[in-house]
Amino acid sequence: MIRQPASVFIVVFTAINIVACLWLMWWTARARVATDTSDEKSAKGSGSTKLPRDSRGRAPSITRPTGHVWDGDLQELNNPLPRWWLGLFIITVIFGAGYLTVYPGMGNFAGTSKWTSVGAYEEQVARQRAKFEERMASLQDRSLTELASNGSAMATAKNLFGANCAGCHGSDARGARGFPNLTDEDWLWGGDEQRLLETIAQGRHGVMPALGGVLGAQGVNEVASYVVSLSGGKAPADWVAAGEQRFATLCVGCHGADAKGNPLLGAPNLTDDIWLHGGDFDSVRATITNGRDNQMPAHQDLLGDTKVKLLAAYVLSLSEAEMHAAN
Amino acid sequence: MSANVLPASAALAYAGSEVRATYNDKVVRQFAIMTVVWGIVGMAVGVFIAAQLLWPALNFDIPWLTYSRLRPLHTNAVIFAFGGCALFASSYYIVQRTCHARLFSDRLAAFTFWGWQAVIVLAAITLPMGITQSKEYAELEWPIDLLIAVVWVAYGVVFFGTIVQRKVKHIYVANWFFAAYIITIAVLHIVNNVAIPVSPTKSYIVYSGVVDAMVQWWYGHNAVGFFLTAGFLGMMYYVVPKQAGKPIYSYRLSIVHFWALISIYMWAGPHHLHYTSLPDWAQSLGMVFSLILLAPSWGGMINGLMTLSGVWHRLRTDPILKFLVVSLSFYGMATFEGPLMSIKTVNALSHYTDWTIGHVHAGALGWVAFITIAAMYQMIPRLFGKQQMYSVKLMDAHFWIATVGIVLYVTSMWIAGVMQGLMWRAVNSDGTLTYTFVEALKATYPYYGIRLLGGLMFLAGMLIMAYNVWRTVRDTQPVDAPVLAPAIGH
Repeated sequence: MIRQPASVFIVVFTAINIVACLWLMWWTARARVATDTSDEKSAKGSGSTKLPRDSRGRAPSITRPTGHVWDGDLQELNNPLPRWWLGLFIITVIFGAGYLTVYPGMGNFAGTSKWTSVGAYEEQVARQRAKFEERMASLQDRSLTELASNGSAMATAKNLFGANCAGCHGSDARGARGFPNLTDEDWLWGGDEQRLLETIAQGRHGVMPALGGVLGAQGVNEVASYVVSLSGGKAPADWVAAGEQRFATLCVGCHGADAKGNPLLGAPNLTDDIWLHGGDFDSVRATITNGRDNQMPAHQDLLGDTKVKLLAAYVLSLSEAEMHAAN
Repeated sequence: MSANVLPASAALAYAGSEVRATYNDKVVRQFAIMTVVWGIVGMAVGVFIAAQLLWPALNFDIPWLTYSRLRPLHTNAVIFAFGGCALFASSYYIVQRTCHARLFSDRLAAFTFWGWQAVIVLAAITLPMGITQSKEYAELEWPIDLLIAVVWVAYGVVFFGTIVQRKVKHIYVANWFFAAYIITIAVLHIVNNVAIPVSPTKSYIVYSGVVDAMVQWWYGHNAVGFFLTAGFLGMMYYVVPKQAGKPIYSYRLSIVHFWALISIYMWAGPHHLHYTSLPDWAQSLGMVFSLILLAPSWGGMINGLMTLSGVWHRLRTDPILKFLVVSLSFYGMATFEGPLMSIKTVNALSHYTDWTIGHVHAGALGWVAFITIAAMYQMIPRLFGKQQMYSVKLMDAHFWIATVGIVLYVTSMWIAGVMQGLMWRAVNSDGTLTYTFVEALKATYPYYGIRLLGGLMFLAGMLIMAYNVWRTVRDTQPVDAPVLAPAIGH
């Protein structure tokens, strides 16, 4: 069990420190007269005389000063160590010895319980996951649309969303700058069931390349003008016209000739006045100049199939609720 | 005063005909005044960032006013500027009086004062600029770290030089604690800050990963143990018996709790890294030694409180005694709470919550600041040739407003912390978490409000103190007290 020299080193130093403290307590707790120093001759008796103990074997209360004086009037008594305090010290040491026998601590010695924090974590996670899967077994073969209208499943999903998704997409799922709104009907990566499940399970990585170098400052102005105009924004007419030309050569590959985007690439629709990184002229210009790199992390390993499915259904239910509200 | 205690006048008589040397009280006065100044600055920054937690807009979108930059400024200012100046002042004051000798070197002592002020000013400039090593309580970059190391070595030379020149055989217990604190802080500071500089404002720490974390918390916890505990125990061991006019309760208790405290504290750092990638054995040792630390920590409280017992009647008239009693009580409470929070199952609830903040401030406001305030109220009049502070009533007002402030601060953070811990772990019957993070945050807002109020009250107390100190020292001539001849037989 204990193999490496480093491990022995840890055990030895741990033991020495604790034993030395106990020894010091035992040594100072012995009944002695106040002056355990040799330079004090004026007191009655010599430094090592033992005083009689009381009927309960306790050291007498010594209330004479040690004889040391500092700064005119600073002195010290030599009262015995309080019994309850000694007891407290010893109890903590006994607990410590017990703990280090049962749990890992003494170098490589794993402790009699063989407990590890990783093991404890994995066991708890496995237990919770099994319980959850069992509870949700009846929902296994329902479609997302069915799940989305199942009240109890959606109550669970709402909590899952709060714990796992709200940090970026917000408690109300309406997103924030850089984090898409999940309650509307606009989907960067497609809103059908399969695409939604993929997005949550595998994550997405959307990249807009930096085009500032290719376009130059004026070129960026022109393209930005055109893009802003697609959603009805105001921009100088000559820049819009020039921008449309540049767009046709440089941008259509991802965003399409009609600028309505491509969900296979996560390229957003630029005509709907829905903006992930801001739709004002300066924000669009910054997007084109520096590019964007946006990531949705994969959740398959973290959550497992059932939770991913519930979350996909929840996201669907949000857009449906939104549609009903709109109608 | 008990019959066992030699009156000061008796000792004075022996030195009557000698040519009087004086103590170097100039450097003590400088540090004492700066203790009050930096206390107000550091606590004001603390109040400001507490307000930012309630109203985030208070950073005004100015980078150097953001919480992330001002929080290290607050901690550095209160620990190293306020606490540091208090420790310099009191250790210089006490070591001279208990060694019956002038400080070893006036020049070096003056260097420690100006050097330490330079460190503080550099910290106040660089931290808001965002220049940081990103190590908690060790944020300052390498050029400032080097200056700290030089000042600290000079401090050690002055202190130990004075010990060597002492006129009494026995070294007073306060000086044991000051000695341990000075040596250990030097070791901690140097080991934790070993870095490779790449520019005057940027360096890389040589440790990486979990080793870096362990070194950092070995440093961080022992900064608490030796700077904020051992150092201030040194202060306590002089201020308490002097103010009470009574001898220290137990010499042997001093011996046991001193050695046990300094040896066991060294191991306790890993409890800051429970349930992390730190190996389990290190976490266990950190927890076990933190528990064994309870009794040694309480040894100091017992020695202090038992020394005060017998003068309880004077609590009505002596605000300094009130500060001392409350200070020792908070010391005992915080050193009980610490071992409790180091237990892994408790830590699983308390870690990363505001309970930690409450715990730290029970120690920092209740113990460290209160013992400091008591020491300053005791020392400052004497350093300026007066018997007493300008106003006892104002000291009393300071005591009450600050005590209520601490209680509001600590209880609100306890409640908030336990609430956060319980909300984070609450699980529904379907196995999902009951609360989102933001719900726990929202629930904390009222407690942030109470904490801000508590902090404001504590700051108000410091402002009252500053006024009282100013009224005490203006129109006075600083006096350097004559070196007292040792009592007979020494």
